[in-house]
Amino acid sequence: MLKFEEPIKVLEDKIEELRNIGSDGQVNIVEEINVLQKKCNVLIKDIYSNLTPWQITQIARHPDRPYTMDYINSIFKNFHELHGDRAYADDNAVISGIAQFHDISVAVIGHQKGRGTNDKIKRNFGMAKPEGFRKSLRIMKLAERYNMPIITFIDTPGAYPGIDAEERGQSEAIANNLLEMSDLSVPILSYVIGEGGSGGALAIGVCDNLSMLEYSIYSVISPEGCASILWKSPEYAHLAAEAMCITADNLIKLRLIDEVISEPLGGAHRNASQVSKDIATSISKNLDIYFKMDSRTLINNRKDKLGSVGYYQE
Amino acid sequence: MSWYEKLMPSRIRLDGSKNKKVIPEGIWEKCASCQTVLYREDIIQNQHVCTNCGHHMRIKARDRLSIFLDSDDRKELFSKLSSKDFLKFKDSKKYKDRIAAAQKNTNENDALIVMEGRINGIKIIVAAFEFSFMGGSMGSVVGEKFTRAAKECIKKHIPLVCFSSSGGARMQESLVSLFQMSKTSSIISDMRKKSIPFISVLTDPTMGGVSASLAMLGDINIAEPKALIGFAGPRVIEQTVRETLPEGFQRSEFLLEHGAIDMIIDRRNMKLEITNLLKTMLNNPAKKAETALT
Repeated sequence: MLKFEEPIKVLEDKIEELRNIGSDGQVNIVEEINVLQKKCNVLIKDIYSNLTPWQITQIARHPDRPYTMDYINSIFKNFHELHGDRAYADDNAVISGIAQFHDISVAVIGHQKGRGTNDKIKRNFGMAKPEGFRKSLRIMKLAERYNMPIITFIDTPGAYPGIDAEERGQSEAIANNLLEMSDLSVPILSYVIGEGGSGGALAIGVCDNLSMLEYSIYSVISPEGCASILWKSPEYAHLAAEAMCITADNLIKLRLIDEVISEPLGGAHRNASQVSKDIATSISKNLDIYFKMDSRTLINNRKDKLGSVGYYQE
Repeated sequence: MSWYEKLMPSRIRLDGSKNKKVIPEGIWEKCASCQTVLYREDIIQNQHVCTNCGHHMRIKARDRLSIFLDSDDRKELFSKLSSKDFLKFKDSKKYKDRIAAAQKNTNENDALIVMEGRINGIKIIVAAFEFSFMGGSMGSVVGEKFTRAAKECIKKHIPLVCFSSSGGARMQESLVSLFQMSKTSSIISDMRKKSIPFISVLTDPTMGGVSASLAMLGDINIAEPKALIGFAGPRVIEQTVRETLPEGFQRSEFLLEHGAIDMIIDRRNMKLEITNLLKTMLNNPAKKAETALT
């Protein structure tokens, strides 16, 4: 639970308590519960409609937030997970495979953060090593051969900063994905579902349509990282989060993303099935556009879009 | 500082706090590696390589280009491009002021300089990062200039060489600077389809977003000796893994050993080596059947 969620939790606990008393059948407190429930809804609305970028960052990292695997299970059918980069290892920070979306076969790739200590360690907190990016590219190339659109879910603090990752060419792995993805002949739809952390996010995020969940973030460097460099201390992360405009509402205004998928009151973790439905609707809508394009047009449009990003004067 | 020290001209004044001799600017320079004090003119003659130990010092983009390109028939491209503070970004300083200060200090508009010219007669476009301009960071201007340089190479069917020296993406441009990575990588893929040679030279330091995009995507990746090259900075890695990093970690020699680069070349041989590489690559006539798209 996050700090600003505490008042909500207090009310919810009280309602729960009353419900338990109520079920004993001794006191009629239905009305009391209704009043509290209304109060709770108003409070949630209040808190969640005035979130700072730093609070949104915390929701994006919320431990209860749905992860890639949750969306794979609720949105796709017949998911076959495919493992390994065929060169060094299978990186569990990235999940990849092929599946059915309605009647279309697709490839699905996403970062997976892991729940609980053991799973978190197994998933390396969603921080991919070069083999994770190379596995992703392998699956994308496979998807291209069989004309399968690619759906990616972005949710990572960033590419793993470790000795082994550097030894095996973290930079090259990311760079090569960027280069190859710009030229894939099948549609790529990317969804930022939590944290879009820097190069590790972009390495599976070069796409035709970029969507973000309402309370997700996408950033060139973590707010903490930016604060330690520019403000000389990670304590100023809240200022960095604000200055960098990392939230979905800001990024759509800058036209850096194509779509914001709104989240239920209180965030995706409060109604995951609703969010899954909304993502599925977006996938349908976008496949309708991009899967119908001939591949030449698709690639040219993507490249024009990639090439046009930038603000400068001459 | 005592009164008589204040009277002394600054050139010969002793720095009281450290009690070290301050070397007068402009005449002598100390090698950061072997600590030898060298005559500045000798260093310049030696392309900013230490005459004693061979240490490759950082070099200004313009000096680099002037050494590398043939002296006649060269011109700068896209020199008017400059950065915009579109986010009104402010930390301890405004981004707008940081740009202005960097422009004043370096006499450059931004962190990448592009020139068209020849090396040993071969027509070529060369880009070089200016590290002293905000750490050679890549924002919109760097991304756009690189992209235009690549497009020009495709149009004219001539090779591109890029000397990288950068701390990574420019934070003050946030996601826009991250997206310069995909922008530059995408144009390199166009060059590959048209068989336009791209030689990437990684110099000290090449990190983060620049390393994880254009700098690692050369047909041939060359590094200068002992340059720091990597994705994550050594300090970040040390904090994450909580162990001391091995000797020589993320240096050119380490990258060569691990297969990330093709070769390490001494700056003083760079022009000749790249000339020979390009001659070899361009020796055979192109196949008639165009495999390239569009």
